[in-house]
Amino acid sequence: MSANGAAKVEPTPKLIVSDLAVFYDSKKAMGPVSLDIVGQHVTALIGPSGCGKSTFLRSLNRMNELIPGCRVEGSVKLDGDPIYGPGIDPVAVRRRIGMVFQRSNPFPKSIQENVAYGLRIGGITDASDIAGRVERALTQAALWEEVRDRLHESALGLSGGQQQRLCIARALAVEPEVLLMDEPASALDPIATAHIEELINELSANYTVVIVTHNMQQAARVADYTAFFYLGELVEFDRTDVIFTKPSNSRTEDYITGRFG
Amino acid sequence: MIRANTSREHTNREYEQELRRLREQLLLMGAKVEEIINGSIRALIDRDSTLAEQMIAVDRKINQLEIAIDELCMQVLARRQPVASDLRFLTTALKLVTDLERIGDLGVNICERVLELNGEPPLKPYIDLPNMMREVQEMLHEALDAFVAADVERAQRVIARDKNVDAYYTQIFRELLTYMMEDPRNIFRATRLQSIAKYLERIGDHATNLGELVIFMVKGKDIRHAGKLSDAG
Repeated sequence: MSANGAAKVEPTPKLIVSDLAVFYDSKKAMGPVSLDIVGQHVTALIGPSGCGKSTFLRSLNRMNELIPGCRVEGSVKLDGDPIYGPGIDPVAVRRRIGMVFQRSNPFPKSIQENVAYGLRIGGITDASDIAGRVERALTQAALWEEVRDRLHESALGLSGGQQQRLCIARALAVEPEVLLMDEPASALDPIATAHIEELINELSANYTVVIVTHNMQQAARVADYTAFFYLGELVEFDRTDVIFTKPSNSRTEDYITGRFG
Repeated sequence: MIRANTSREHTNREYEQELRRLREQLLLMGAKVEEIINGSIRALIDRDSTLAEQMIAVDRKINQLEIAIDELCMQVLARRQPVASDLRFLTTALKLVTDLERIGDLGVNICERVLELNGEPPLKPYIDLPNMMREVQEMLHEALDAFVAADVERAQRVIARDKNVDAYYTQIFRELLTYMMEDPRNIFRATRLQSIAKYLERIGDHATNLGELVIFMVKGKDIRHAGKLSDAG
């Protein structure tokens, strides 16, 4: 941690979070938190339920303001551009910072249409352009080989793991720079989880990934950096191997070794 | 009961029990190793062949404990995926048993030489050898205590004492050489005594390893093959 309390890391940060605090009505849910998120790496957010990690994640692409009574203070900068502020379109922010949720939520449409949805909203109408982008997104999400022959079948016919990869493809189709993942594998079996984790690893070559997970081993496996949240505060942020072998804060130690509460 | 780093217990009681059992087994093994070393030393000084044979038998128990502790470590690693201080404790335990087992073997070697020496009249009164033995005995005892108390300073003091043991070895070796040069009939006994001094010197090295492991376990810092004390603070 540096003098001003912000967790600093060596490579260029993609996202710079400064004194970010989130309130629901007058109650503070999280923060103030300052944290740099490194580009083209995976950062995991861990902590017990209610610690503020999901609130933090959602505030990185302005999802919190969809909740009535929610107020956000502080600043988040993406490559130096503030994402909060008058005149900044949250939809434009979310195009650069995509999100994948805990439960896969495909639309009751075909596989093809699920992935193309964001493209059409973004104004792309050319059929061959859309087809190319759909294939690229499905390939990046490691799903193309499994669905190439049934692109026009309903997405709801896919397995849970496939549906989650479809949602990742849908998020990737609009070519975001940052991918936020809120427990993306918590509803999946170990094999499907392994697929998603492998995928996260591959995606980090081109994308900046921020993942919330309750599974500590998952954080240890996929993340380059890990942030530990507790009671709405950032307790410790460091390289993942340091967090899991020699954390410097005793609350981190207690949590990851299972000595909490 | 000893704790590696923290006085807090795991939420999972079964896991807590497994770690406690592992600590107890390590302490039991440490106690057995101390018993062998102390016994082998007394067997030499008192020329007690019965005691030497008893100590050789204790080593079987040490070997059994080594296997039991290794199995327990594997089980905890596989089932609990320990992290942070628990992970350091587990990896320390795996290395600790190796050093302890070797110390036990060296104790057996001392007893074997004692049995050979007891078939002969004494070569000379022992002066430096009992001092060297006391030094090694204390190093071993202190290293185990440092492990129990997770005490870095005590572990550092153990490491610092190794040079005394090395100095004793050089001194004893030089003295025994003069006996051998004086009369070739001394060679059988002098080489046995020289071997014992060498075993003690090796035990000192293993006790030093134990000290280094304790520092790693507590601080998460590997001080082996480095500037030892200067780097350990």
